[in-house]
Amino acid sequence: MIIGITHFLIISAALFCIGLYGILIKRNLFSILMCIELMLNAVNINLAAFNYFLPMPDLSGQVMILFSVAVAAAEVAVGLALIFRVYRDFRTVNIDKLNSMKG
Amino acid sequence: MNLYVIYPEITVSILALLLTVFDLLLPSRETRRSLGYTALLVLSVLAASLFWQYHITASPYFYQNMFYYDNYAIFFKQLFLLAVILTILFSLRYTESIKYKSEFYSMLLFALAGMMILASANDFLTMFIGLELMTISFYALTGFSMNDKKSSEAAIKYLIIGSLSTAVMLYGISLIYGTAHSFSFSAINGNPDIFSLLSIAGMMMIISAMFFKMSVIPFHMWSPDTYEGAPTPVTALLAMGSKAAAISVFMRILFAAFWPAADYFLPILSVFAAVCMIGGNIAAMRQKNIKRMLAYSSIAQAGYMLVGICAASLQGIKGVLFYAFLYILANAGAFAVLTVVEFYKKGTNYDDFAGLSQSSPLLAMVMAVSLLSMAGIPPTAGFAGKLYLFMAAVEHGYLWLAFVGFIMSMLSVYYYLKVVRVMYSDILDPVNINISSSLRTAILISMTATVLFGIWPQYLSVLTNLAAVTFLK
Repeated sequence: MIIGITHFLIISAALFCIGLYGILIKRNLFSILMCIELMLNAVNINLAAFNYFLPMPDLSGQVMILFSVAVAAAEVAVGLALIFRVYRDFRTVNIDKLNSMKG
Repeated sequence: MNLYVIYPEITVSILALLLTVFDLLLPSRETRRSLGYTALLVLSVLAASLFWQYHITASPYFYQNMFYYDNYAIFFKQLFLLAVILTILFSLRYTESIKYKSEFYSMLLFALAGMMILASANDFLTMFIGLELMTISFYALTGFSMNDKKSSEAAIKYLIIGSLSTAVMLYGISLIYGTAHSFSFSAINGNPDIFSLLSIAGMMMIISAMFFKMSVIPFHMWSPDTYEGAPTPVTALLAMGSKAAAISVFMRILFAAFWPAADYFLPILSVFAAVCMIGGNIAAMRQKNIKRMLAYSSIAQAGYMLVGICAASLQGIKGVLFYAFLYILANAGAFAVLTVVEFYKKGTNYDDFAGLSQSSPLLAMVMAVSLLSMAGIPPTAGFAGKLYLFMAAVEHGYLWLAFVGFIMSMLSVYYYLKVVRVMYSDILDPVNINISSSLRTAILISMTATVLFGIWPQYLSVLTNLAAVTFLK
C-alpha cells in the first residue's frame, strides 16, 4: 500500500473531529485547552500534506505551519495564565461552575 | 523591500514596546499618566499623517501580494486609530486604578497593530497573523481587572470560543490552500476549482469563523458574557475596534477572494443579517444591565452593516464604511459615560443611571445623543448611515431586508429611550460627579462629530466614497 495524500487528510480530519468533540463534552478547562491544541495540530498536518504531495509553486504551506505553531503557543500561554486566574477566583477549573453571568 | 507602506504598524508596535520600557525607567511613585499622553500624542500624529496617504492612482500591492495599501485600508486604519485614541482618553482614570498600567497601554497598542494589519491583509497568512495579534491581546485585556471575578470568567469564555473559531478558520484556510495552491486572495479568486467540494467546505469554515469574530447571531454566545465581564474601556474597544476590524477583513475576503461564489452566498448572508437585527434588538430589550444591553445592541448593529455588504455595490460598501465610522463615535460616547457611572456607582444597571441629568447634565446629554444615533433618529449621524445602508439594499432588490431593518430600528428606539427616560426623569440620591478633562475631550469629540456628520453627512461621505471606489475598482 502506498501512503498518499488521502491518508494524511483522513488523519487530520479525524484529529480535528476528536478535538471538536472534546471541546463539546469535556468540562475541565485543561482538557478543553488540550483539545484546542489537537484541532490546531490537525491543521498543520493538512498544510504539510498539501505542500508535500501537490505541485506547489513555493513552500508557503510550511511557512504557514511555522506561524500557526507560534500562534498556538501564544494562545496556550495566555490560556494557562487565565486558567490560573480562574482557579484563584473560583477555586475550580470546571467550566460548568463559571456561571456568574446570565441573560 | 519597501518598509514605508507599513509605517503605521511599525510605529504602533515600537510605541507599544517603548511604553513598557519607559514604565521601568519612571520612578515608582510617579503616576503613569505620562505614558497615556505619549501614546495619545503619537497616535494622533499618525492618524493625521494618514490623510496624506489617500491616493487616486491605482493602489500597489506589496511583499508579493501579501499586503494591499489602498484607500479602503487607510480609511480603516484611521478608524481604528480614532477608536484607540478615544479609548485611551476615557480610560486614563481607570488605568490609574489597576496594577499593570504600562502593560494595559501596550496591550491596547498591540491590538491596534493587529487591526491595522487586518485592514491591509491581501493574503490568508497576513490575515491570520493580524487576527491573532488582535485577538490574543484582547484575551489578555479582557482579564485585566485583577480583583473582579467576572473579568476572569469573561476572559476564559472568550479564549475558548475565540481559539475554537481560530482552529476552524485555519482548517478552512488549509482546505482552500489545497485547492488553490496559494494563500493569496487574488490566486483564490482566479482558482478554476473554486466550486470543488473541498473548496466549498473551506469557504464555509472561514466564513463561519468570521461570523464568530463579528458575533453574528447563531455564533454570538460569547459576546454578551465577555462584554459584561471585561473592564468597561476594554468592552468599548471590543465593541468598536474588534468588530470593525472583523467587518473590514470579512468584506475583503468576500469581495477579493470568494467573489465567484459571492452570488450564491449573498442571499444566505441576507438571512443572517435579518436574524441578527431581529435577535439582537429583541434580546437587548430584556436586559437590565446597560453594558449587556449595549452588547446585544452591537450585535444588532453588526446586522445593519451586513445589510450593506449584501447589497455588494458601491452604495452598499460606502454605507458600511460610513456606518462603521459613526458606530465607533456613538459607542465611544456611550461607553465613556458608562465608565464614569461605573466608577461612581459601582454598577451599570438601569437604576445606576437614575438622575444622571441632575448630577451631570453633560454626561446625560452625551449618552442621549449617542443612543439616539445608534437608534437612527434624524438629527444624528445614525440616521444618515442607516439611510445609506437601506437605500443600497433596496436598489439591489433586498426590499424585505430593508423593511426588516426599518421595523427593527423602530423597535430599538424603545430600549434606547428607556435609558434616556431613566436618566432624565427618575431622581435618586444625586452624587457629585466630576469629570476629568481627558474624558470631557473624548465625549465632546464623539458628540460633536455625531451631530455634525448627521447634519452634513457629505463631508464624511467624500472620504468613504474615495475608499469604496478603489475597493471595488
